[in-house]
Amino acid sequence: MTTVALKPATMAQALTRALRDAMTADPTVHVMGEDVGTLGGVFRVTDGLAKEFGEDRCTDTPLAEAGILGTAVGMAMYGLRPVVEMQFDAFAYPAFEQLISHVSRMRNRTRGAMPLPITVRVPYGGGIGGVEHHSDSSEAYYMATPGLHVVTPATVADAYGLLRASIASDDPVVFLEPKRLYWSKDTWNPDEPSPVEPIGRAVVRRPGSSATLITYGPSLPVCLEAAEAARTEGWDLEVVDLRSLVPFDDETVCASVRRTGRALVVHESGGYGGPGGEIAARVTERCFHHLEAPVLRVAGFDIPYPPPMLERHHLPGVDRILDAVGRLQWEAEN
Amino acid sequence: MTVMEQRGAYRPTPPPAWQPRTDPAPLLPDAVPYRVLGTEAAAQADPGLLRRLYAQLVSGRRYNAQATALTKQGRLAVYPSTTGQEACEVAAALVLQEQDWLFPSYRDTLAAVARGLDPVQALTLLRGDWHTGYDPREHRIAPLSTPLATQLPHAVGLAHAARLKGDDVVALAMVGDGGTSEGDFHEALNFAAVWQAPVVFLVQNNGFAISVPLAKQTAAPSLAHKAVGYGMPGRLVDGNDAVAVHEVLSEAVRHAREGGGPTLVEAITYRIEAHTNADDATRYRGDSEVEAWRAHDPIALLEHELTERGLIDEAGIQAARDAAEAMAAELRAHMNQDPVLDPMDLFADVYAEPTPQLREQRDQLAAELAAEREGTHS
Ligand SMILES: Cc1ncc(C[n+]2csc(CCOP(=O)(O)OP(=O)(O)O)c2C)c(N)n1
Ligand SMILES: [Mg+2]
Repeated sequence: MTTVALKPATMAQALTRALRDAMTADPTVHVMGEDVGTLGGVFRVTDGLAKEFGEDRCTDTPLAEAGILGTAVGMAMYGLRPVVEMQFDAFAYPAFEQLISHVSRMRNRTRGAMPLPITVRVPYGGGIGGVEHHSDSSEAYYMATPGLHVVTPATVADAYGLLRASIASDDPVVFLEPKRLYWSKDTWNPDEPSPVEPIGRAVVRRPGSSATLITYGPSLPVCLEAAEAARTEGWDLEVVDLRSLVPFDDETVCASVRRTGRALVVHESGGYGGPGGEIAARVTERCFHHLEAPVLRVAGFDIPYPPPMLERHHLPGVDRILDAVGRLQWEAEN
Repeated sequence: MTVMEQRGAYRPTPPPAWQPRTDPAPLLPDAVPYRVLGTEAAAQADPGLLRRLYAQLVSGRRYNAQATALTKQGRLAVYPSTTGQEACEVAAALVLQEQDWLFPSYRDTLAAVARGLDPVQALTLLRGDWHTGYDPREHRIAPLSTPLATQLPHAVGLAHAARLKGDDVVALAMVGDGGTSEGDFHEALNFAAVWQAPVVFLVQNNGFAISVPLAKQTAAPSLAHKAVGYGMPGRLVDGNDAVAVHEVLSEAVRHAREGGGPTLVEAITYRIEAHTNADDATRYRGDSEVEAWRAHDPIALLEHELTERGLIDEAGIQAARDAAEAMAAELRAHMNQDPVLDPMDLFADVYAEPTPQLREQRDQLAAELAAEREGTHS
């Protein structure tokens, strides 16, 4: 058996590979969006696809998000499997009409006769020094819309596996790509890409016994860093990467919390009405008798996303996470 | 009674007379972009206006170069340049009166500066210390709009409101060729025409929306033709001919001011630089196209006319350059100072009064910062 040298790959490269493999495997997969063709997308995620598959399979559309998603609906109605790129989180908003009024509920409206296998790729989140409207964490809007799967990778391997699964799904998936992890690297063998991951399974990224950090997407590396730093304080933190906000993996999350007895949800999205509220409620409902402390949240502040020079004060960082861990009622133990 | 039963009595008649609701002919744009410079009409152009435009173009070009340099020094987060598009930017500002409103897109900081806004304030968004760096009402310049075309309905609403109040106000709204594909562009045009709002839409067709050329954006004969479908006049102008742009926009503004309703102006120009400093234009266009447009440069065009007519000499040209240099030096000096940042500003102006929840979060950040200062955090 020959050993393959594992090369570092970025998350963006893994996403490109997932699109390419999906397009090769299934001729009905069509990529469309602003600048996705010749340019390869502003984050280069669709790099080379138009050249390899032709402009009909990877299409530079007119600059109109409602039009992009609306025509994708029609294409899906006719049997294609569109993968739509929204250029930035906040530029997906013009497409909300189509997303909420049609994409999310077509299966239901037609009693299952006409599901829409559309993947909507949305680069999301901050930490890249973007000017306004380029750094929103919009996951709560999508989570609040029944009928949409909401998936977000945090590692290079997951970027591949989850995007493949999302494209293969017969239900619409909002695939949230953490912008600031596009250039994160991991050893990854592009010739033997990671398996297609099922949607809806969380994973323990770091085992620990003192408390569980529940997180996803851009906040995973921050939580892992916090977990490392917490060792000096004597805390052994477990980190769970949700990977999918809809559906939600109660089983993995609750198993972890029952083991550790304490839980903290971490995300960039605003806390009020954010994903953490749902997660904390679910955990409390299911693990109440195992909890040593209320489930806490560390989230972005409830403000419009701040300008680049102030964003570091907004984003949950290691210190803020450790402060919150410190508030998980450790006194009771002594 | 069914038609069958009616047989004999029923006589098919043609539908009631139909005619177009407005005569489309006067709404149609010219066959070629309107030009003044390099034509006989140039001789009639007012020398004072030519000199004023020239000074502003030279200054605008220098502003673009300075802002681009500031991105390289890390003083601006990003800069979308209007190098090559200065004629449109400058004319859009100069045709407006004090009480009128400008609705710029994210690329149009130069138009705001040409209207008199402090360049440092205009660049706040792109420096990244706040979003809008000025009071829109004070300057009658709406916030620079990053979500494309979304500012256009605002312009229509504002102009409509001013008219309802009986105020003499015209709104001039700027958008790119790519932005004309957005639904908001179409809705804005329709509202403007139905309400006969005093609005002028200026589309700068600079050939590209990031990497996407106009050919992938529209199948229309021209963007100016889109006006006809909404029942307003469409005008096509050479966007690098500052005198022509100034004239066409002035007419449109006058028309709006006199109650004639909206106009759509398409200015044909070219984005000489990449989309922003973060973009690599070699991925989607060749040098020869850029060179062809460099040869049709707005400053060179106007300078040629001024020298031909003896309206400017070397000293005059030098004076314009010196003034531009002084502006750039001042801008540099201001931008080289770190802006004063107060993290507590995060919680200001989210609401008129912060909610109890925001007050809690404000206190949390204040405590964190205090701890940071005392060094209790590593
Ligand atoms: C609603 C929306 N979608 C996408 C974008 C991302 N974006 C920023 S600029 C741009 C191209 C704009 O092209 P055009 O309208 O021609 O203006 P130009 O950049 O040429 O001035 C795009 C797609 C955006 N800002 N807003
Ligand atoms: Mg353009």
